[in-house]
Amino acid sequence: MMEILRGIAVVPGVAIGEAVMLDAEEYRIPYRTVSQGAVAGELERFDEAVVTSIDELERQSQWLNTHMGRDAANVFSWHIGVLSDDNLRGSIQTLISDRCYSASYATSTFMRNYQRRFLQMSDPLLVERIRDVRDIERRLLRNILGDSREDLAHLTTPAILIAHDLTPTQTVQLTGTLVVGVALDVGGATSHTAILLRSWGRPAVIGLNDVSTRVSGGDTVVIDGSNQLIVANPDDATLDEYRNQEASFIRLSDELSTLKELPAVTGDGVRIQLVGNIEFPPEARISVEKGADGVGLYRTEFLFLGPEGAPSEEAQYEAYRAAIIGAGGKPVTIRTFDLGADKYTQEKRYEQERNPMLGLRSIRYSLANLEMFKTQLRAFLRASVEGDVRLMFPLLVSLMEFRQAKMTLHDAMEDLEEQQTPFRRDIPVGMMLETPAAAMQVKEFCREVDFVSIGTNDLLQYMLAVDRGNERVSRFYDPSHPALLMVLRDVIRACTRAGVDCSLCGEMAGQPLYTLLLLGLGLRTFSMAPANVPEVKKLIRLVTITQAQRVARRALRLETERQVTNYLRAETKKILPEDPF
Amino acid sequence: MADSLVVVREVIVVNSEGFHARPVMMFTDMAKLFRANIAVTNISQGHEVIDGKSPMHLMLLNAPKGSQVRISAEGEDAEAAVAALVGLVQRGFVDEAQ
Repeated sequence: MMEILRGIAVVPGVAIGEAVMLDAEEYRIPYRTVSQGAVAGELERFDEAVVTSIDELERQSQWLNTHMGRDAANVFSWHIGVLSDDNLRGSIQTLISDRCYSASYATSTFMRNYQRRFLQMSDPLLVERIRDVRDIERRLLRNILGDSREDLAHLTTPAILIAHDLTPTQTVQLTGTLVVGVALDVGGATSHTAILLRSWGRPAVIGLNDVSTRVSGGDTVVIDGSNQLIVANPDDATLDEYRNQEASFIRLSDELSTLKELPAVTGDGVRIQLVGNIEFPPEARISVEKGADGVGLYRTEFLFLGPEGAPSEEAQYEAYRAAIIGAGGKPVTIRTFDLGADKYTQEKRYEQERNPMLGLRSIRYSLANLEMFKTQLRAFLRASVEGDVRLMFPLLVSLMEFRQAKMTLHDAMEDLEEQQTPFRRDIPVGMMLETPAAAMQVKEFCREVDFVSIGTNDLLQYMLAVDRGNERVSRFYDPSHPALLMVLRDVIRACTRAGVDCSLCGEMAGQPLYTLLLLGLGLRTFSMAPANVPEVKKLIRLVTITQAQRVARRALRLETERQVTNYLRAETKKILPEDPF
Repeated sequence: MADSLVVVREVIVVNSEGFHARPVMMFTDMAKLFRANIAVTNISQGHEVIDGKSPMHLMLLNAPKGSQVRISAEGEDAEAAVAALVGLVQRGFVDEAQ
């Protein structure tokens, strides 16, 4: 039965494949039972997974204890207690040996039963423990199954991945597999998952609500990113039509890849810098491969998202070094940790903040945790000898903050000098401009920073008072809002007049819809997901600055988001008639 | 005679969070110091007997502040075990060192 489901497209284009399901608990249990001869192996896998899990928890617990106090560390001590409990091990081992269950299936079955017992409790706080038990189950399964990529690596035909949600780690692991498209239940257009899916670059539709319950593994699925829908089990006529579209989409992608060698120069000879937004070191090389002039934003907080928890100075040094080397001599801008408002760090906290977006996050968090901050700065300075790097501080609200952060950087430099560890002293230090306060004080900031990068993602959130991750209000989050256009005009102008390098690294930099506008407002450096570089470059090569300025002037006179979007779409379509955007 | 010594005492839970993560771990850590088997029952709830050395099972005790809990121990150090564990609950799971 053919079914059409509608959602939000994060990557346009058509992809056709066989559905592969990631079950709701993130881990695909490959098989339920094993042969008698394999039981010993499963018991061993289980035992090893328990040991590894306890090890991980003890390390994370130590870090929490040092950085966030004993109460935070206590959260994990019960997890460790449960994993060390003979009852748990004994029961799961019995399931494996008596019923020939696989280690993963035995673990899952037992933990689900255990979880269910909490549902009968009267104490509401005890129901919270279900979350803990699920967490323990997930940790065990992860250590039993290894990377979930292992499953995806064994695909033999093009597949469409269907899931409730994807973690950043899972999204990054899609590269190199036969997964050609993704469909998810949840997600907003600017969630972290969306950002990474764009980086991956293949057709993806999210926010479908219940696709993971409506599609079965093995169903033929078509992702139609251009129309923001998916089709499950298409009939013959529909399938033929999509196969044609898929072919022309592939042709378009190939065409875009030839742009790699060509510079981003406008029709009237103005050179534009296109650089990449990355979360993981390998993406630096990917950016350059897609034709970028370097890395405009390396979001270092993703180092926190692995199972190891907080990264050591060594681990950070290795990552920054890898990114700089991966960029092959092109400049790399590294941003210090922007932690605290995303669900990943909030979930790890003992006491969740009521307003994480307005709370102890980002640079404030760093300045309140100087040891962690200095560790990052030391790692960064050590890596700086490898190439052309710049350092950027996020979410600055006042000059005081910037000065404090710079002082901490100098402290870190002194540390390294004492140890006679080499580093570059002349590193440009700049700011992410992403708060209304910083926008209003841009002239003052321009006197003290070496460069400015406009973070429209958060700037727009704070300006419109909208949480972009909240599906209930995400439709209000619209970069076409006239207020944002005015702020961009003023900020870019102030930076230009002060002779301070200005770039824009929010999502809109990578959206062709806004290219003309931003060029016309005076932006000369665009930082975007690597997958978007070719198309933006194509557009830039087809326009002149004069044209762009006319469009910007006109757009600034419009009153509503919809008028702006319609106008920009019409102007862009004149230049790129066939391209879907 | 000493091997099958059974000691039973009852105690009221006085700390505000009851038998939550930290108390459960403190209780089981202390229980494991003794050789005797430790059994815990939440009398206010029913008769289910729970292994006092198991963090997994003890979390299911469902004993908030005000609950009446029976602690019993069987083994040669049963007396010391019960005395220590009852004391822990009566103190509200505060470390003696504090």
